[in-house]
Amino acid sequence: MRYLIVLLLGLVTGVAIALAILFYNPFTAQISLSPLAVSDSQQISLRYSAVAEDSIIITNSGDSSRLQPNPAKVLQLWEAPISNTDVLVTLLHDSRNKSVGIGVKFSSRSERTRLLNGKALVDSAWYIYLPGKGSMLIEQSENHWAFLRDVIIPARWNSGNKWRGNWQGVITDGPGALGTARVYGGSGIYSGLNSEAIETHTAKAYSTDVGPVAMEGRLTIDLSVEVDDETSADASIY
Amino acid sequence: MIKTFIFGIILGLAGAFAALHFVSVVDQHRESSIISVTRNGGNTEVFHINLPIDRIMTGAQGQANPLPPGMEWPNDPIFSNVRAELFKLRNARDAIVGVASRFALSDPEFGDKIEWLLHLPARGSVFVRMSPQPVDRSRVGDLSAGTREFGSMLGQVSERWIADTSGSSGDLTGRIELSMNLLSNEQYVPDAEDAE
Repeated sequence: MRYLIVLLLGLVTGVAIALAILFYNPFTAQISLSPLAVSDSQQISLRYSAVAEDSIIITNSGDSSRLQPNPAKVLQLWEAPISNTDVLVTLLHDSRNKSVGIGVKFSSRSERTRLLNGKALVDSAWYIYLPGKGSMLIEQSENHWAFLRDVIIPARWNSGNKWRGNWQGVITDGPGALGTARVYGGSGIYSGLNSEAIETHTAKAYSTDVGPVAMEGRLTIDLSVEVDDETSADASIY
Repeated sequence: MIKTFIFGIILGLAGAFAALHFVSVVDQHRESSIISVTRNGGNTEVFHINLPIDRIMTGAQGQANPLPPGMEWPNDPIFSNVRAELFKLRNARDAIVGVASRFALSDPEFGDKIEWLLHLPARGSVFVRMSPQPVDRSRVGDLSAGTREFGSMLGQVSERWIADTSGSSGDLTGRIELSMNLLSNEQYVPDAEDAE
């Protein structure tokens, strides 16, 4: 019996050491410098508030571990195929804090998530409409591991269930070769655009009850226009 | 005793790492796809949206009763020519499989457009632009871009409103049917006219 108790204690210690290695693994540090920072091409920067109350709407399954839907009476995504999905509709601002567009973001937790490799992945798609300019789609894979480790877990450990500090990180993790998102032009001046983007989050306060309390997202979009012939291929192939 | 403790630690470490490696953190539920293969090797898949029950949001200026209740749509004049809608998306078996946004844009400079973004969490997203003018009661648009499973696709998507006149479906007023006709761009062979 004593040997069994000692074995169990050893098991618990082993699991705790494994979790500590996972948590403090220096090889999973997230980059805070944008891969587009060294680009010479023209870029646009769009900011949005990542606080649920500031959004036009945000909805998900309504699970207590997720952001609380806003407004409260919005239809929730409780059906199994969409229960891992969040939908955000938000105003987009330029660097002078002027409203310049509307963004819709669909993000779904990815089955490619591997915590062992420091990958808490989310597949997302942004539809962006900027009146007078045009529309575009941004496809990206996001890695939220650093945010989870540096903000959410410390908030849960805190007796007040809150975190305060200054956290900034690039959440875009692909599918581009340099860890950038893909941008596809839609209408207007962005028609034919085939480019890259990154999304950065800056957090100052987080609560486990309501999610981000002071947090901003920023999309940096490279506007080096590269017209993809395939997108303009005649679609009357039927 | 110490040997047993050390053995326990090693076992715990190995078990934890094995679990982290092999156990999936995210288990994405999938509905079977219902796809018809067309003669050119492409495929057709039909989705629909039951109205009003699948409507999540209607965003436009000047609405007396916004949906969802309590939503504050921006009053900035630059958004006066935008009507944005969000829906849940169903497959041919009437099972919810995704979400979709529909933007009806009326831009004085670039003209009128309808733009759809369909998001199927287990498969990817589809970005479609279509003309607002219907042809044979359908609006037809091109697949502008796709992600993941749809990343290598070309083709068309049509939108059709089907009113429910039977009265047997309770509160349903009808449905929006979205038919996707897609072909892998590896299979697409441009004809002579395209090649020029």
